[in-house]
Amino acid sequence: MTFESCAESFRGLILRSMGREFGDRLLPRGLEIDTCDQVFLIASGLVWNVYFATLALFFGFFLATAVALGKASPRAWARKPAEAFVFLFRGSPLFVQFFFIYEALVLLPREGITLAGITLDTQWTTRAWAGALFVLFLNTSAYTAEIFHGALKAIPKGDLEAADAYGLTGFAKFRRVVWPTMLRLAWPSYTNEAIFLLHATTLVFFSAFPAWQQMGDALYYANYFAAQTFNPFIAYPLVGLYFILMTLAVIGLFGAVNRRLNRHLPREARARFRFRPQYIR
Amino acid sequence: MACYLTTASHLALYRSVLVVLVLLALAAPLALGIGFLGALAMRSRNALLRPLGTLYVSMVRGVPDIIFFLFVPFAIDQGVEYARHRILCPDWDQPVRQGNDFIVCAAAKMPLATDPAWVHDLWGFLLALAAFALVFGAFAANTLQGAMAAVPRGQLETAEAYGMTPGQAFRRILLPQMWVYALPGLSNLWMILTKATPLLFLLGIQDVVYWARELGGQKTGVYAYPHPDWRVWYFMGVLAFYLLLTWSSQKVFDRLMVRMSHGQATAGGEALRRAGA
Repeated sequence: MTFESCAESFRGLILRSMGREFGDRLLPRGLEIDTCDQVFLIASGLVWNVYFATLALFFGFFLATAVALGKASPRAWARKPAEAFVFLFRGSPLFVQFFFIYEALVLLPREGITLAGITLDTQWTTRAWAGALFVLFLNTSAYTAEIFHGALKAIPKGDLEAADAYGLTGFAKFRRVVWPTMLRLAWPSYTNEAIFLLHATTLVFFSAFPAWQQMGDALYYANYFAAQTFNPFIAYPLVGLYFILMTLAVIGLFGAVNRRLNRHLPREARARFRFRPQYIR
Repeated sequence: MACYLTTASHLALYRSVLVVLVLLALAAPLALGIGFLGALAMRSRNALLRPLGTLYVSMVRGVPDIIFFLFVPFAIDQGVEYARHRILCPDWDQPVRQGNDFIVCAAAKMPLATDPAWVHDLWGFLLALAAFALVFGAFAANTLQGAMAAVPRGQLETAEAYGMTPGQAFRRILLPQMWVYALPGLSNLWMILTKATPLLFLLGIQDVVYWARELGGQKTGVYAYPHPDWRVWYFMGVLAFYLLLTWSSQKVFDRLMVRMSHGQATAGGEALRRAGA
């Protein structure tokens, strides 16, 4: 293993997870594999973990807010579906959700759906970048909705009475009092949710979704190397290390937001982040 | 229909449900035991034990658990084979790692190549069980350590004032009182353990996910079925099975919490006392 061969691995593999056009056509196999290959190819797979986590979290945020409000609503037509949604996605394993929704997407007609003269293509929905993102989006929405619902219930009564006293009603009350307070109270738990959604993205390529053209996430490549070299003691600790670093990055990022949400409060009244994970979904 | 649902391969599906339940029944007490030891290590004053316990817990928690589920069985398997190799074949002179191969003598293989299939299945199951116990042991250690710390200090100080030794205070005061603090965390852990069982599939065990794929598919490695792709229906069944499992466990835990809160100095205990009075 020389510096040149290492630089060669870097050029060939660092973007390989985005497709064959971005690096070596074939992955290193058998005895060709050296440590540099493992370092760079596994790192390149992290792109997919970040992609799934950020987009699912972003879209999930809005759905979760809606579901949490539905769950807290006194009207049964809003509350019942929200409760059912949260129960369905929090009560069953994410792993099985992946399989179930994948198989459902496969059943869509292959030639596309014709709606009002326009044919909608359905093939892309079974690909990981769309299908798995969809599952993760629904899953994180359910978990986040539960967190937001808990925070909604925990909003101090005085805050709401003050809003009433100021004559705030409806959407203005929600936007200026309820929503910011809910976010502030929920943020430490929401940070944990973000971390564990990131960790859950490693399941994508181990469930039903195939890694097309060997474009996979970090754990997919680690598993590939462990199977090729029959040595689990390099690839798995390496991917573990990457995830510890990414977890620290998430904590830093969300901590900055938390400080901003709490900036009007005295220091000792601020909500602190505690690493209290949901572990597996 | 009844005939279709009792074919030999469907019976294997029902057996695999049993495998899931057996794993749950064995992994939960094992994890609790490891967690208890881990919590004790994290609390100990020993300069070696405490960092060791803390390292174990924070390492497992900081990394996606799927990595551990893939890594631990692989590593234990090779470790056991290596140990047996050193003991059983002392006169073997070649290195164990040759290029990308891991070679041990035939007598050290685990299980032996000549063993019947069920031994291989059992070994695979035990490795999976070890992985589950190790990962969930760390989670449980964290929960139990928190519960031990949550028992009010005054209780322990009173025990000291009564002249109890640290061991007595631990056994008579801390141990009976910590469970009410531990229960919410442990019930959460149980749910997570339940929802982690489909990962058995990744470890090459023929669990419900495996059979749902096999039976629903049109053409699989084993059979060609005359029916179209029914996997979505089978997975809907698996989904319902897990929902039922988590829902019923929640009911059990709710009742357990009520029972445990009796006579405790917590909000729940106080509410029970008021209701009784």
